[in-house]
Amino acid sequence: MRRSLLFMPGNNPAMLQNSDVFEADAVIYDLEDAVSVTEKDAARVLVANFIGARKAAFPMEIVVRINGLDTDFYAEDLNAVVSDKIDTIMLPKATLETLIELDKILTDIENKKNLTKKIGVIPIIELACSVLEIDQIAKAPRVNGILLGAEDLTSDLEVSRTKKGDEILYARQRVVMACAAYKLDSIDTPFTDTNDEDGLQTDSNFALGLGFTSKAAIHPNQVGVINSTFVPTMDKIKWALRVEQANKAALEKGLGVFSLDGKMVDKPIIERAKKILVKAKRYNLI
Amino acid sequence: MKIGVCGSLESNDALITVKPSEKQEIVIKSIVYDFFHEQIEQVIKDTLKEVNKENLSVLCEDKGALDYTIKSRLLTAIKRMEEK
Repeated sequence: MRRSLLFMPGNNPAMLQNSDVFEADAVIYDLEDAVSVTEKDAARVLVANFIGARKAAFPMEIVVRINGLDTDFYAEDLNAVVSDKIDTIMLPKATLETLIELDKILTDIENKKNLTKKIGVIPIIELACSVLEIDQIAKAPRVNGILLGAEDLTSDLEVSRTKKGDEILYARQRVVMACAAYKLDSIDTPFTDTNDEDGLQTDSNFALGLGFTSKAAIHPNQVGVINSTFVPTMDKIKWALRVEQANKAALEKGLGVFSLDGKMVDKPIIERAKKILVKAKRYNLI
Repeated sequence: MKIGVCGSLESNDALITVKPSEKQEIVIKSIVYDFFHEQIEQVIKDTLKEVNKENLSVLCEDKGALDYTIKSRLLTAIKRMEEK
């Protein structure tokens, strides 16, 4: 369960060593777009040693965005960074085919390095063909969340990227639907204007309304807005607590359906209330 | 002559230059030299030993890098030198 995932450039020591203070639920150490082609070798070694040198546990999920399987860099990236200290690999331009290949490579590395954990995968949906096969991608091995990458997707679609985001609405809805169906985190594309806090709030609210569970950030100053958006409101938490209480009373009376504030409450509503309370507890809101 | 360079002169980073040598030569220029030059030298020596490349000339221009950064920049500089 995540609210915010913060990208950090992989070849910047100053940013790496401060990456745990921004209260993001996950930090994504980026070996792909944030690193120039001539510095790929330096970045993977730096990220691997930064993560490896840390003695205390990280307070957040550790994600590494490797270079795509269509590049010459991904194999060395994976060999360098995969260890028990990372949680997740983020795969750019993911397709079902590349996810299956990544699963094989990760299995080999996990066996060779005797890892005690299984590394998860977050595919990035940034190709039109990936949008179309997203239900298969959601079922691929190791996938525990899906990120929409709107910049590359709109490039593939040959349309302009706008703040309103009409051009990515269909892709957003496909991501939300697939993730809801397979119980994955649906991660909205980053809002790229780091100086527009109102715009970020509007964009986050819209994503939340579509059903996204979380959002990626490209600057630490975006984490606060995202964290406060992708949690249940106090009104919803209070409602869920009342549903929980009323449900308990109904069960004692042997009732499966009951009424609250004049409205019928049945299983789907009880389940929704439970999900709200799980999230509220996870983020210490109750 | 083959040389390898990695890193930068940005804050918290180090610029490392390596070249072949008949013996180990380590030169450190650091903004925190008075406090940390021995530690920086030890990181360099340990890293060279780890990769079995003890006879190298190493210039470390440090801008307050932590140990993992110095080690990483040195490892990549050596790799770049060997790939030339």
